[in-house]
Amino acid sequence: MGVEGIGARVVRKEDKRFITGKGRYVDDIKLTGMTHAHFIRSPHAHAKVKGIDSSAALKMPGVVAVLTGKQLVDDKVGNLICGWAITSKDGSPMKMGAWPAMAPETVRFVGQAVAVVIAESKNLARDAAEAVVVDYEELPAVADMQAAIKAGAPQLHPEAPGNQVYDWVIGDEGATDAAFAKAANVVKLDVTNNRLAPNAMEPRAAIADYDAAEEHFTLYTTSQNPHVARLVLSAFYNIAPEHKLRVIAPDVGGGFGSKIFIYPEEMVALWASKKVGRPVKWTGDRTEAFLTDAHGRDHITHAEMAFDANNKIIGLKVKTYANFGAYMSLFSSSVPTYLYATLLSGQYNIPAIHAEVVGVYTNTTPVDAYRGAGRPEASYLIERLMETAARQLKVDPAELRRSNFITQFPHQTPVIMAYDTGDFNASLDAAMKAIDYAGFPARKAKAKADGKLRGIGVSCYIEACGIAPSKAVGSLGAGVGLWESAEVRVNPVGTIEILTGSHSHGQGHETTFCQLVAERLGIPISQVSIVHGDTDKVQFGMGTYGSRSAAVGLTAILKAMEKMESKAKKIAAHALEASEADIVIENGEFKVTGTDKAIALPMVALAAYTAHNLPDGMEPGLKESAFYDPTNFTFPAGTYICELEVDPGTGKTSFVNFVAADDFGRLINPMIVEGQVHGGLVQGIGQALLEHAIYDANGQPVTASFMDYAMPRADDVPSFNLSHTTTLCPGNPLGIKGCGEAGAIGASAAVINAITDAIGKNTLEMPATPDRVWRTIHAA
Amino acid sequence: MYQTTYHRASSVDEAVSLFGKSSEAKFLAGGQTLLPVMKQRLAAPSDVIDLGKIKELQGVELSGDVLTIKAATTYYDIMTNADVKKAIPAIAYLTSVLGDPAVRYRGTIGGSIANNDPAADFPAALLALGATVKTNKRSISADDFFKGLFTTALEDGEIITAVSFPVPAKAGYEKMRHPASRFALTGVFVAQTKSGEVRVAATGASQSGVMRVPAIEAALKANWSPSAIDNVTISASGLLADIHGTAEYRANLVKVMAQRAVAAAR
Ligand SMILES: Cc1cc2nc3c(=O)[nH]c(=O)nc-3n(C[C@H](O)[C@H](O)[C@H](O)COP(=O)(O)OP(=O)(O)OC[C@H]3O[C@@H](n4cnc5c(N)ncnc54)[C@H](O)[C@@H]3O)c2cc1C
Repeated sequence: MGVEGIGARVVRKEDKRFITGKGRYVDDIKLTGMTHAHFIRSPHAHAKVKGIDSSAALKMPGVVAVLTGKQLVDDKVGNLICGWAITSKDGSPMKMGAWPAMAPETVRFVGQAVAVVIAESKNLARDAAEAVVVDYEELPAVADMQAAIKAGAPQLHPEAPGNQVYDWVIGDEGATDAAFAKAANVVKLDVTNNRLAPNAMEPRAAIADYDAAEEHFTLYTTSQNPHVARLVLSAFYNIAPEHKLRVIAPDVGGGFGSKIFIYPEEMVALWASKKVGRPVKWTGDRTEAFLTDAHGRDHITHAEMAFDANNKIIGLKVKTYANFGAYMSLFSSSVPTYLYATLLSGQYNIPAIHAEVVGVYTNTTPVDAYRGAGRPEASYLIERLMETAARQLKVDPAELRRSNFITQFPHQTPVIMAYDTGDFNASLDAAMKAIDYAGFPARKAKAKADGKLRGIGVSCYIEACGIAPSKAVGSLGAGVGLWESAEVRVNPVGTIEILTGSHSHGQGHETTFCQLVAERLGIPISQVSIVHGDTDKVQFGMGTYGSRSAAVGLTAILKAMEKMESKAKKIAAHALEASEADIVIENGEFKVTGTDKAIALPMVALAAYTAHNLPDGMEPGLKESAFYDPTNFTFPAGTYICELEVDPGTGKTSFVNFVAADDFGRLINPMIVEGQVHGGLVQGIGQALLEHAIYDANGQPVTASFMDYAMPRADDVPSFNLSHTTTLCPGNPLGIKGCGEAGAIGASAAVINAITDAIGKNTLEMPATPDRVWRTIHAA
Repeated sequence: MYQTTYHRASSVDEAVSLFGKSSEAKFLAGGQTLLPVMKQRLAAPSDVIDLGKIKELQGVELSGDVLTIKAATTYYDIMTNADVKKAIPAIAYLTSVLGDPAVRYRGTIGGSIANNDPAADFPAALLALGATVKTNKRSISADDFFKGLFTTALEDGEIITAVSFPVPAKAGYEKMRHPASRFALTGVFVAQTKSGEVRVAATGASQSGVMRVPAIEAALKANWSPSAIDNVTISASGLLADIHGTAEYRANLVKVMAQRAVAAAR
């Protein structure tokens, strides 16, 4: 390892600009002649739009245009799509209700846009929006999933009778029933996985700029995957062909999944910029973020786990209702199916699993991938079940887990996934040691003497990351491939540009990706720059989500590096009159092994571009690209243990200790990995204790601001105790598994297991607010 | 935010006269309530008259048994003031758990009580300590000042100039913070006056704003100790209920916070 190579705790290159306020976000960009958009959004959860009168607004100062959903549909702008086809158990395709970018006829959730005002400033656009009169005819609404599937419930889409998106199954029902028939014990659990609002620090924003002479659009947008945005905008929404649309995602202030999707606002901005002949900017505010960023989670599940007489799991049955909100967002269909039920085996040897998932429409904000996407729901369910089982079977929860761990790899689960490697005992041992699990009973007794209820909770999570082998996901219905691409450009003076299809919106790629180059060439990271987020600069790439940027994106860079190095070695060998096989790369030099003959990288690069003396037949230049398609998912796994105290008088939870022992395979930059784990754990703890996006019975959001929606703050969370146990991922040459989502996947079960341990009652829904915990303690 | 005209007043008199000259003026102190409301377009004052730089509205005075805090003194200045810490440490503590640092650097005692949010902290202190609100026109006792949710005895254009607190024998405040806003989910201020009277006020609990809690006052008058409240029952009826706390939970908090406030009282 070099000082800045793989494994080094290099300080993040990008932080200088972020910390000094020099980041360049979409809202920082100002184009000449730019106009400002303000959307008129439905105050009703379900209503007919009977008419829109914009005559008064059009007379207001600075108003350029008022555009409506009807005009959008008349101009044949396509409806929003869902990119993953799911088939119900009866063989029928998922039932997708039409979702125009602005509603021409019917609104189905509070915040859905019906029209947009384009004006000279944001404030003038807002002023005029108040003068637009929308005539709504309110319709009965349904926000609650269980109410939505009842007979007689208000219906959202004619395409989806009974408000059902799909009824999907996975696993072997016969084998699972047989296992239950011979079970010594069956453990049952009902859990709700609470709906979350993602709340990236930077709200979504877009600037669309239409060039009439070139018939070309440029879109600046807050995207985790600008190429996917361009593909979808051109292939499905009739905005422009791909070569006439440039998508730029500059600095993006957090995504957590919510910025994967292509939203109505950027579609409308593009369409509007052509209509008004000027650039159009829209920057969402926090309320719009709560109302329109795709929410996460929102499952209701009943599960049963069968055990034999030796407390070995022999079967698992799961039935889940997944709330989709009012429309199917871009990857929504895959989240409660292939990203959820395929992880239901957890870290355990479970011979038979059967799961059924019913997707439900409600008059709420659409739900899609949010940090972890399906895997937190699976992990929470399994880890709550294991804890419940340990209590019911009266065995130690850590030991029950240990005795059911998968220990042989590769391991084929009954739900598609084939785990490649892992050492679940190692992470459990590390976490138990770090928290002094054995000493807990004494600490609990001491806390009791102080009037506090102390609890400990274990969570052994596994996730499928490094998303994803294209052929495999294609066979499961995905509309895209999930490879990644990269290009290495060595400049004539030897500095290096890495162009990547991954997109950094907080992950630190500008540092970690350089570290790979530093490792291989022995040059400082200051000589390397990372180019991403612009479809005109970077070749087609798939973007960042699903903990894929290191496992897939960085491997693509490695592949391109290998090609570049191979050519560079030929040039060096030619210059040094040596055999190519004898050339090694060290400290930025190409050396003839065993001699003092060497040529520095800049000289090799210069030779490639002057082309005065290259091997016969070699093309000039030093630039290579690669596309890398993984052969399997990666399987980060680990154990989290949380120790906490509950104040019986108030129900308030205080953390005593939180340990995380993760296996992420190889770490490129341990400091950045720790940051990712911290952030994920805080989101998991936020879900467990604080966060909940709530609607009233009429579909009105109750939590559309930070005054009501409780985001975790620094003093809500403990100081974390992190460690790593490592098994290298055999699926990629760097041995990387990914670390971006683990914390959010594993933390919430540890917290709820600990609280329920503390209060001695097993039933407790998230978020475990003080009120809820207090009522649970004092319930009869 | 709608168009508005900003004025910086240099004296209370100037502020009053500016107010008289404009159609729909609002006084601005720390802006921690008024500005968010204006940004959300829920308030549209024609004129905003800033009281924040008026010298006569700044500072703390301790004279004998009376602690006077001028209206535009920020929470931070109250929290760190030596006289406050000496005379009524419970007030210094209350400001330390009010909002977050940004709010404490800007928000003021005058703005807080003029706004009279049902979950604000200061109204409980004023009511429990039997404080007097001084305005440019008169003096109003705390018992008469708070008139229910977001309503006070203030007349249109009346400016709070100061609040004076009789220094108690003992006082304490405890608050369960609202998980999202950090206002009081329920907060209880207990005070024992130098003449032995006991006053207890709860904020964040009642549907009609800050309230005295006579049952706890009686129990503490008989025996100033946390255990004296053990057998008091607080009725949930008339208490606030929302996603962060049921009425029953708030009733429990009134009791538990009172016990802890007594334990912490100095
Ligand atoms: C994030 C956040 C968290 C908060 N948390 C808490 C909390 O935990 N506890 C709590 O109690 N409060 C909390 N607040 C509210 C805060 O205390 C406000 O500062 C307070 O409510 C208003 O005080 P201000 O000085 O900011 O007044 P402004 O917002 O400037 O004014 C508020 C109102 O009072 C009027 N006013 C101001 N000064 C005078 C005066 N001298 N005479 C007459 N009228 C006047 C104004 O005209 C206006 O109507 C919080 C606010 C925020 C933004």
